[in-house]
Amino acid sequence: MAQKFRIARGWGKLWRIGSLHSLVALLLLLSILAGCAAPAAPAAEATEAPAAEEAAAPAADAPEGDTIKVGVLHSLSGTMSISEVSVKDATLLAIDEINAAGGILGKMLEPVIEDGASDWPTFAEKARKLIQQDQVAVVFGCWTSASRKAVLPVFEELNGLLFYPVQYEGLETSPNIFYTGAEPTQQIIPGVDFLVNELGAKSIYLLGSDYVFPRTANLIIKAQLEHLGITLAGEEYVPLGGTEFSTIISKIEEAKPDAIFNTLNGDSNVAFFKQFKDAGFTAETLPVISVSVAEEEVRGIGAENIAGHYVSWNYYQTTDTPENKAFVAAYKAAYGEDRVTADPIEAGYFGVYVWKALVEAAGSFDVDAVRAAAKENDIEIAAPGGPIKVDGETQHMYKTVRIGQITDDGLITEVWASDGPVKPNPWLKGIDWAEGLAEGASQ
Amino acid sequence: MKNQNRTFLALLMRWGPFLIITALFLLAPQFISPFRLSQLGKFLTFAIIAVGLDLIWGYGGMMSLGQGLFFSLGAYGFAMYLKLLASGDKIPDFMFWSGLTELPWFWAPFSNPLFAVVAALVIPSLIAAIVGYFIFRSRVQGVYFSIITQALTLLTSIWFVGQQAYTGGTNGITNLGSAKFFGQSLLSTGVQTGFYLATVICLALVYVLARWVTDSRFGRLLIALRDDEARVRFLGYDPVLIKTLVFTLSAGIAALAGVLFVPQVGIISPANMGVVPSIEMVIWVALGGRGTLIGAIVGALVVNFGRSYFSETYPEIWQYFLGLLFVAVVLLFPAGIVGSLMQGFNWLRIRIQGEPMSDMTEYGTTPYRPITLGHSASNLSAPAAPAATSTSTATSATASATVSSPSSTTATAKGGS
Amino acid sequence: MDAIILQTFNGLSLGSILLMVSLGLAFAFGLMGVINMAHGEFIMIGAYTAYVFQEAFAHSLGGVEAGVWFVLAIPAAFLVAALLGALMEVTMIRFLYGRPLDTLLATWGAGLVLQQAARSIFGAPNVNVSSPIWLQGGFDFGAQLLLPYKRIFIIVLVAVIIGAVYFYLYRSANGRRLRAVMQNREMASCLGVRSRWVDASTFALGTGLAGVAGVALTQLGSIGPSLGTFYIVDAFMVVVLGGVGRLPGTILAALLIGISNTLLELGTSATVGKVLVLLAIIAFLQWKPSGLAALQTR
Repeated sequence: MAQKFRIARGWGKLWRIGSLHSLVALLLLLSILAGCAAPAAPAAEATEAPAAEEAAAPAADAPEGDTIKVGVLHSLSGTMSISEVSVKDATLLAIDEINAAGGILGKMLEPVIEDGASDWPTFAEKARKLIQQDQVAVVFGCWTSASRKAVLPVFEELNGLLFYPVQYEGLETSPNIFYTGAEPTQQIIPGVDFLVNELGAKSIYLLGSDYVFPRTANLIIKAQLEHLGITLAGEEYVPLGGTEFSTIISKIEEAKPDAIFNTLNGDSNVAFFKQFKDAGFTAETLPVISVSVAEEEVRGIGAENIAGHYVSWNYYQTTDTPENKAFVAAYKAAYGEDRVTADPIEAGYFGVYVWKALVEAAGSFDVDAVRAAAKENDIEIAAPGGPIKVDGETQHMYKTVRIGQITDDGLITEVWASDGPVKPNPWLKGIDWAEGLAEGASQ
Repeated sequence: MKNQNRTFLALLMRWGPFLIITALFLLAPQFISPFRLSQLGKFLTFAIIAVGLDLIWGYGGMMSLGQGLFFSLGAYGFAMYLKLLASGDKIPDFMFWSGLTELPWFWAPFSNPLFAVVAALVIPSLIAAIVGYFIFRSRVQGVYFSIITQALTLLTSIWFVGQQAYTGGTNGITNLGSAKFFGQSLLSTGVQTGFYLATVICLALVYVLARWVTDSRFGRLLIALRDDEARVRFLGYDPVLIKTLVFTLSAGIAALAGVLFVPQVGIISPANMGVVPSIEMVIWVALGGRGTLIGAIVGALVVNFGRSYFSETYPEIWQYFLGLLFVAVVLLFPAGIVGSLMQGFNWLRIRIQGEPMSDMTEYGTTPYRPITLGHSASNLSAPAAPAATSTSTATSATASATVSSPSSTTATAKGGS
Repeated sequence: MDAIILQTFNGLSLGSILLMVSLGLAFAFGLMGVINMAHGEFIMIGAYTAYVFQEAFAHSLGGVEAGVWFVLAIPAAFLVAALLGALMEVTMIRFLYGRPLDTLLATWGAGLVLQQAARSIFGAPNVNVSSPIWLQGGFDFGAQLLLPYKRIFIIVLVAVIIGAVYFYLYRSANGRRLRAVMQNREMASCLGVRSRWVDASTFALGTGLAGVAGVALTQLGSIGPSLGTFYIVDAFMVVVLGGVGRLPGTILAALLIGISNTLLELGTSATVGKVLVLLAIIAFLQWKPSGLAALQTR
């Protein structure tokens, strides 16, 4: 009897003392295993690890086979998904079209989709995953400046390649990024010129989200207004996602500007235009020009709330080119008749074709070869929004500037366009009034 | 002599698994790919936050929604150093875009790494100490404490977004890639592995510290405060001091996590400071098991690996899985993963040897016992459990009476109390 | 003078919006101790209900402009959100009573699922809900003063809801049972009140009110899957500042935050205004930890 208890107690001690920690040991081991099991091919990983380390340019020695992986990195959840999901759809459409036409250099494209979840560190993590783990040849993605800034060091370190489809505030070039959206001289500066020259505005109010793009854009605009001798009627920033505009509208009423330059982001536009209209303003009494409102945003705002106001972009669904007719038809066929196309959607679409042209010119998927191809050749493609030329030096695109007016049916008609594509100038070089901005830029 | 051996054995038993696991994590760079390593490193910094949060919430009963703030402040402090390092003799790029031409005075000292690290740890702790003192002095408790810390987090993140020239605005501080350590880029595998190892060691140290705190008299006081603050006050202790201390400690731990987070992730922005990340931190601890310390670590790793697994496998619908996972754990394992495992383990133990693991507090493992708010659903089922415990304690008492060994009697004595 | 009237009106309007989004939360949180992080998602459900009504019934009910669909959408959103709330109560919340922080976690998870569901059903981009003709424009009082109908409508709607809630709580048999259960559950059960039913109906009432708020907000803001996240934090601030479980406190808190926010914003900027309001809330809670209601009871 006593003997039996003794044994039991002996075990009991072991259990008691070791209990918690052996439990913990088990759990942590499990979690490490879980961590390793997370990738699609857990077994292959351990053996691949050394290879991945030395492969600074993973695309260069991409596995021989019939397919080549390309990454698609957008926010599919969170607040930014309202805009980014459509760009992802357009990118996938272009990939499908290219595959249907026989792929690139005899290889089919295999998209790897990742969700940046509207969170910048997640973008950085997923970018690393796409380049190191999946060894993609190129990544199409990002929307906000913040997400681009978050992934930029990762692309530079691992020598990946990013195609960024959205207009942005400029003052940036990276050897690892191709910018298929507009920089300020292709969107913001012509937008201000339009207000002044075409609408005769003498005083302009700046309204934006409290966010890097609006603040930097307004810095440029303020320099421009000073140069043009136009009054700055006021400058207001709303916290991201802000939906309450009554006080700001009161301030605008007080300032009595001739026009508003709007750099609000996403959802805030909906609230602003609804409340702006209710306060008794129309496009005739106080026109607003927006640079982050395209066809898709107009749908969310409601055409009746924004009709008559202006936007500045490089592409509209109504842009009259044969390529655009085909693109709009293909996009609607793939995703539904009620979907609309817009500038970032188009940029997400033709970016894949730009990459295809570069790869074919280089004869290789290698990042360095692609970059060299951009410098050595004048790559031109016919995008839905008109001819696009790659500027090898800045890795931006020559794009046609188009000012549009929103119509009652929620589409945008062009009211002014530049004479042909505008050479990209992200650092605002040679613009004398932007000297102060360009000075540090050239450092 | 024999006794000495025994204590040595007990120590080995007690800390052996811990050392083995730490060693395993230290060896991880040999086995897993650089990407997974960077992920693991990031998640381990989260685990550090979770341990600090468990101290204040699991043991102290104060659910802080301000951990994101302290984490980010620590991260910003170190990011300022890295940014200056990366910018060389120029001013940081975002200042330039925002129209600054000179480095603000409060940025200048951050070019010294030692100052940056110390400031990154001390400033958040100091803020926690001051804010905590005032909050606890006015006897703010429970949900009110959570909401005040949440408001604090929210206002700081809005303010940081607004001060673009000084903080980098929404983008935060990023593009640190050109910072060099011993001639190597910050993002190179060598430097990254170094920071990973530092993270593992810091996590181990924080864990030991937290274990030590909770095992000490101070830790018992903390638990007592959680369970009945008025009684502790009447016994002559000063709850304000104890609470402020532990709040400060948890803030310092979160700041340490921030310091380790920035070099591995390469970005810190107000998005990491806001309300949502702070709530997610609470979720890690709750999912792992409150008041177990280990649970906090497990929770942080499980949630984050789960999240990246789901989002990699089902990028378009992964939120369903994550959401359902939260719901399922709360409903099915209210004590969290580790808490539930321990309960199951305890049950097994009673089955096998008729002795409950009644000396749980000896190992600092005191699962969170929710305080009822008028509803008595849990009260109804309560009577059954103590009855079972007392009978089994009685059995074990008889057992120890038959076989007397000095150490076992003390153990049962504790168990009975 | 005009500017002062306008600003007071703006403050009142913001206050009414805050009250609208926090009223339902005051039920779940104040009366039942449930921290419903999915509250914002019920607002979103209400907004999408209005969208569905516009798409489905606007044509058969005299067109978009007539707004019959909009009027019908208000009770419909209440029902939809209340039913989903009841479903959530029955499947999830009822296991969690007395564990307020666990409800935070579980409802957070449920919120993620609801957001993703909206994204799957309606697509990720924002949708638009139009305004009936009688909500467009506003009362014009001369040069600087125009009070939009939509904001007046929301103020009136909130007033009506508060009246209805007051009537329900203090003048109806259900409300009496509800108060009985909240005060002493055991006693109420002993006296034959079905406390399970009371729990479910109270929670459903809270989510239903969120649904109504969602319909009203379609007139001012965007309608997308993550709509709820814009309001949830503000709603919690209001409830806590007002004092948990005190309806008059909630009303007072909403108006105070609304008016002080607009005034501070006028003097500074939107960002600074918001920061100052939050600072003021923190300072006040330091002083009176149980919120505005503490001022009344003493």
